[in-house]
Amino acid sequence: MAFSTPKSYFRAGFRDGAPFILVAIPFGTLFGVLATEAGLSLIETMTFTFTVFAGAAQFTALQLLQEETPTVIVLASALAVNLRVAMYSASLTPYLGAAPLWQRAVAAYFTVDQSYACSMIRFEQEPQMTVPQRMAYFFGTVTPIAPMWYMATLAGAALGTQIPESWALDFALPIAFIAMAAPMLRTPAHMIAAFVSIVVVLLAGAVPYNLGLIIAGIAGMMAGAHAEVVFERRKEAT
Amino acid sequence: MTPIDPTTLWIVIIGMAVGSFALRFVFIGLVGDRAMPAWLLRHLRYTAVAIIPALVAPLVVWPAATGGSPDMPRLLAALVTGVIGYVTKNVIWAMLAGASTLYALLYLLQG
Repeated sequence: MAFSTPKSYFRAGFRDGAPFILVAIPFGTLFGVLATEAGLSLIETMTFTFTVFAGAAQFTALQLLQEETPTVIVLASALAVNLRVAMYSASLTPYLGAAPLWQRAVAAYFTVDQSYACSMIRFEQEPQMTVPQRMAYFFGTVTPIAPMWYMATLAGAALGTQIPESWALDFALPIAFIAMAAPMLRTPAHMIAAFVSIVVVLLAGAVPYNLGLIIAGIAGMMAGAHAEVVFERRKEAT
Repeated sequence: MTPIDPTTLWIVIIGMAVGSFALRFVFIGLVGDRAMPAWLLRHLRYTAVAIIPALVAPLVVWPAATGGSPDMPRLLAALVTGVIGYVTKNVIWAMLAGASTLYALLYLLQG
């Protein structure tokens, strides 16, 4: 079995992922609440959350559906918000690509901000980890998060419209994402990438269909990669 | 806000389910353990720090809850979250600091 020898890594992943239930619970609840407020039935809300399993994209789609946006644009925007998981998938590939196909397929479904962030930190810190150990760690990180996300969505859908606006749940998403991104700013190149992406996305505020996000993301990545090369050359020169 | 047409909703749900999985599977499933070029890996290192701030910045500067106008409690809460997250490297402390700032300021300024 995949987890028999790397059991300790599964546990380590579980421990590192566990704090994120504090993120999954408010988000899941919020999605359940907002979906119910938008008129989705319990079955529709839960099918949405089980099959798509991507918070930010779900919120985007929900918002646009209520604004009578054309279906194609709803889909394109939601998937654009989710484009980052393709990039996560790509950056996990050097670490997990040698695992059996079924494990990679399951891992693909569970590739979210939290499992990606935890795993990349651990894989970079411990380059000697074997592929089964990495897989065990990866699945460990999502084991506490995914069930809490589903249950919180269900609870939110049950609560429906009863949560008062004064709780400012709207801001749970930005706070959680900032808290996740700030510790990742390990080098000046990471800072430059983040700074450029923020400037570009704010300047591109008027670009329709969420395309500003994609443009800013690509600009930030290019800035970070370029900065890395420049800083390395400087280090070699001195 | 108008009620969502059920057919449209189901098209979106199924399309997103298939599309989201495809996005996640494309590299890890199809590329597998074939080597990827250095320039691609170098760009991918900055994916998270480029995309997450780009996703968040508009929500901070133009929050939907205030109809899109900048709002002092939310701006400061975002700033505090970022600073605490950067200094402590701890996600939970950052979130707690940000949420406390938001609630304290909403209470002081509007309550």
